[in-house]
Amino acid sequence: MRARRAAGDAKHWPGLAFGAAIFFAYVYLPIVILIVLSFNENRVVTVWSGFSLEWYRMAFQNDAILGAAINSLLIATVASVSATILSTLAAVRMATTRFFGQTGMNALIALPITVPEIVPAVATLMFFASLGVTMGLGTVIVAHTVFCIPFAYLPIRARLEGMDPKLAEAAADLFANPRRAFLKVTLPLLMPGILSGLVLAFIISLDDFVTTFFVGGAGSTTLPIYIFGLVRTGVTPEVNAISALMLLVSIALVSLSLFLGRSEHRT
Amino acid sequence: MKAERRRTLANLWLIGPAALAIIVFMVVPLSMMAWISIQSRSYGGGVEWGNLSGEAWLRFLFERELDDSLAWSFNYLAIILRSFWLSLITTVLSLLVGFPTAFFMATRSRKWRTLLVFMVTLPFWTNLLVRNYAWILILRDHGTINGLLLSLGVISEPLPLLHNQFAVAVGLTYSFLPFMVLPIYSSLEKVDLRLVEAAFDLYANRWRVLRRVIIPLAVPGIVAGSILVFIPALGSYVTPELLGGGKTLMIGNLIGHQFGAARNWPFGAALGLFLLALVLIAMTIYVLRGRGAEARS
Repeated sequence: MRARRAAGDAKHWPGLAFGAAIFFAYVYLPIVILIVLSFNENRVVTVWSGFSLEWYRMAFQNDAILGAAINSLLIATVASVSATILSTLAAVRMATTRFFGQTGMNALIALPITVPEIVPAVATLMFFASLGVTMGLGTVIVAHTVFCIPFAYLPIRARLEGMDPKLAEAAADLFANPRRAFLKVTLPLLMPGILSGLVLAFIISLDDFVTTFFVGGAGSTTLPIYIFGLVRTGVTPEVNAISALMLLVSIALVSLSLFLGRSEHRT
Repeated sequence: MKAERRRTLANLWLIGPAALAIIVFMVVPLSMMAWISIQSRSYGGGVEWGNLSGEAWLRFLFERELDDSLAWSFNYLAIILRSFWLSLITTVLSLLVGFPTAFFMATRSRKWRTLLVFMVTLPFWTNLLVRNYAWILILRDHGTINGLLLSLGVISEPLPLLHNQFAVAVGLTYSFLPFMVLPIYSSLEKVDLRLVEAAFDLYANRWRVLRRVIIPLAVPGIVAGSILVFIPALGSYVTPELLGGGKTLMIGNLIGHQFGAARNWPFGAALGLFLLALVLIAMTIYVLRGRGAEARS
């Protein structure tokens, strides 16, 4: 019978692997080109002449870059930790209770990732300016915390969905009070989800440009803002070096986050 | 009664802080934007509060002549239409590149799928600004592509690849492509390959199987993916700012400029509100449609 079929295997389609190859080349070649060029000795950044770490050395000796890096780390740390705390509390409650308006609450938490970033960015700018608040590190941290919430919330929520509610019940049966049951049973089991959410929120904050650009002011220059300023005036090898570093940091962190998230399947 | 109150109180203390943060620092500013869009503009930046005016909304279609009369002006409308056009191209390009990829992924073994999903997701988590900057290196006059073609002798003058609609479309597709692949993949992943085998057994050829079996099963993913690509493309700021030129401005840049050199907050607010409304309408239709489909099945 098999031989009489019009065309063979459902798993093998002509051209499909080729299409996927084009896709992955399209997605990864620019990243590879950027990283390779960051090691280029030549000052004319797109002509390869030899391997060099010179631009990295220059980037690390540039006070403006170091200052921007410190700002980026500071903002990302405070914003991601705050967002993770808020999200953990909300997620635990949202997963264990049903109440009127819960769908609306889900939509509210997802709002920051639903709307194109430029809109809340300028709205927040007008909001702070109308209140007479000076733009700076503080306003940036607040705005970042808000858009980090859904990124921290979703992995925690996913982890909670996969957890067995019987465990907390068992703890209650063993006379643990709710607080003890939460701290000793739920929280440790939830930890991989919380860490995964924390790392994702951290990356999102670290990489943000649009919100920081509009809500920031003097003294809140982050690495993306610094890079943008340089790119506008022209391409320099130093920009390649910091850009490549930022890509590598994100890739390392997201791998870590997914690794943490995956331990889910083993418990 | 008491238990009920305790539950409500717990909801308030646990969910409240996150909800409050989003309400105060996002919902309130977005609502305030509506109010600002009908204020008079203050030329130093900001608005003259309480001095109501429809001027910002008139700017979508008109401009003020020197004698204060209104005249038709389609400059801004052109930017809005161009944003739609570029987002549409982006969505179609993403679908063309994304569909075969998603289909390829769905036909791999479990181990491969996990790796491929990771590889599709990874770029999303890297810096958007930096990824767009990489395209400047590739597309500019002495960039990778022109450099390669020049040294091969295919061309004698660099091709104008940067600062035009082509560059913006390439950059937007590059930025949002994963959003197309993942939903299509999750639709196709659930497809029972035995259905496809059955179609083959019934003498359907590949094209017919693709058209009558696989694409219909992928439709929910295609719809979701198209929305997920179209919306951020429509509101994009970074890509047109870096890869586009003066003639490829999109709504996002127009909004941004009202808070920079143009100093016209009410117009910026009106444009922002317009974009927000488009997004919310699209999302609502999508959610309602999804519910309808659920109810039918």
